[in-house]
Amino acid sequence: MVPGGGAVVSKYLLNKFLFTVDRDPELVERYRSDPAGTVEWWERDMANTILNCHSVEKSTWLAFTDEERRVLVEQDHVALFGMGAHPFLTLTLFIAMFERDHGPLEYQIAYGQALKHLSLPYPDIAT
Amino acid sequence: MATVAAVIASTHHPFYYRASTSTGDDRPPFADEWQAKIETFRETLTRAEPDVLVMVGSDHFHQLWLDNMPQFLVGKAPYYDANWYNEEREFGLPRMTLAGDEELSQHLLRGGLDRDFDLAFSNELRIDHSITCPIITLRPQADLPIVPVYTNIFAPPLPQPKRFVQLGKAIREMVESWESDKRVAIIGTGHLSLELGGPRQFGEHGPDPEFDRKAVEWIATGDIEGCCGEVSLDSLHLPGNATHGFMDFMLMMGVAGEGVKADHVDSLDLFHTMEAYFTWYPEGAPS
Repeated sequence: MVPGGGAVVSKYLLNKFLFTVDRDPELVERYRSDPAGTVEWWERDMANTILNCHSVEKSTWLAFTDEERRVLVEQDHVALFGMGAHPFLTLTLFIAMFERDHGPLEYQIAYGQALKHLSLPYPDIAT
Repeated sequence: MATVAAVIASTHHPFYYRASTSTGDDRPPFADEWQAKIETFRETLTRAEPDVLVMVGSDHFHQLWLDNMPQFLVGKAPYYDANWYNEEREFGLPRMTLAGDEELSQHLLRGGLDRDFDLAFSNELRIDHSITCPIITLRPQADLPIVPVYTNIFAPPLPQPKRFVQLGKAIREMVESWESDKRVAIIGTGHLSLELGGPRQFGEHGPDPEFDRKAVEWIATGDIEGCCGEVSLDSLHLPGNATHGFMDFMLMMGVAGEGVKADHVDSLDLFHTMEAYFTWYPEGAPS
């Protein structure tokens, strides 16, 4: 939290969640089976970790907005795209979680179909 | 001085390894044609008899992250471990360890800084499929030392396209001014039109075949001026949301030189994306 204020809308923090879960096989399974518990734990214990840095030092100000938390708990890739989360991170993690439930390329094609209502320009992904 | 034995540019397709090694019912119908084209392409590097490879690619959020994101980075390490858990998981890519050439790394870093490229460096770099895909396609024995050069085509704000071309020209000059008797191949991989995680992904062709046709023509003919006249950071959103990877092709056009036609040009229209392969021989085609 920002001292004295509310959470800041942050594509960076959404990306950080997707990135840290995607790179860890145990977290991929945990997020697949318990999205609400994983998001709650991650925001409490991981959101302020400075990646690739000495682990004793942490940030103090990173938190999800209510909307960001909801979208991650609902694993809503369409909403993540709309919020400007990095599409490569979302796609890679969601393939890891859900491709196994579908036939070859079926999940990837359906993933794109769910975004068909969008036209250019896409939401800005700059962080 | 060192010799530029070959300049090579291609797409990097992480599914090639699995497609080319699969058999029986698991082997996709396009695998035989793809593998034949790759083996012909591989021969263009083999014939150049390189001693060391400069490898231009782009980290896909593996080691490089948004808390500390370089625009251009040169690896300077004696070894590079390669490929990551999520690349094993999604693409079946093997783990690898490649030797480095620290002397050439040092030469490119010093020379690049002195040519006004404020290059980042890494003494411990685990490389990803943007560099291992061309190792698999072009030098599967992975027996040559490398110098990785990473560009940011992935996490905006990105450098302008012209900077990629300029860096390519500088890399060519620096290799040619390296006091060494080694034969250096400069290899870079990028993308033609590509969509990842958006509505146009995984179609029957790449998302913009017309862009792909023009792009192949620009590269094959060395038409840097024409390419730079049409391509901008904004325009690259139109062919597909991951098309900024084309800027690594622009870097390689800078290496090859304005107006220099490629000695080998090939492409393959696949689902999701078009593959394209180019080789130039600056000292003339080997016999």
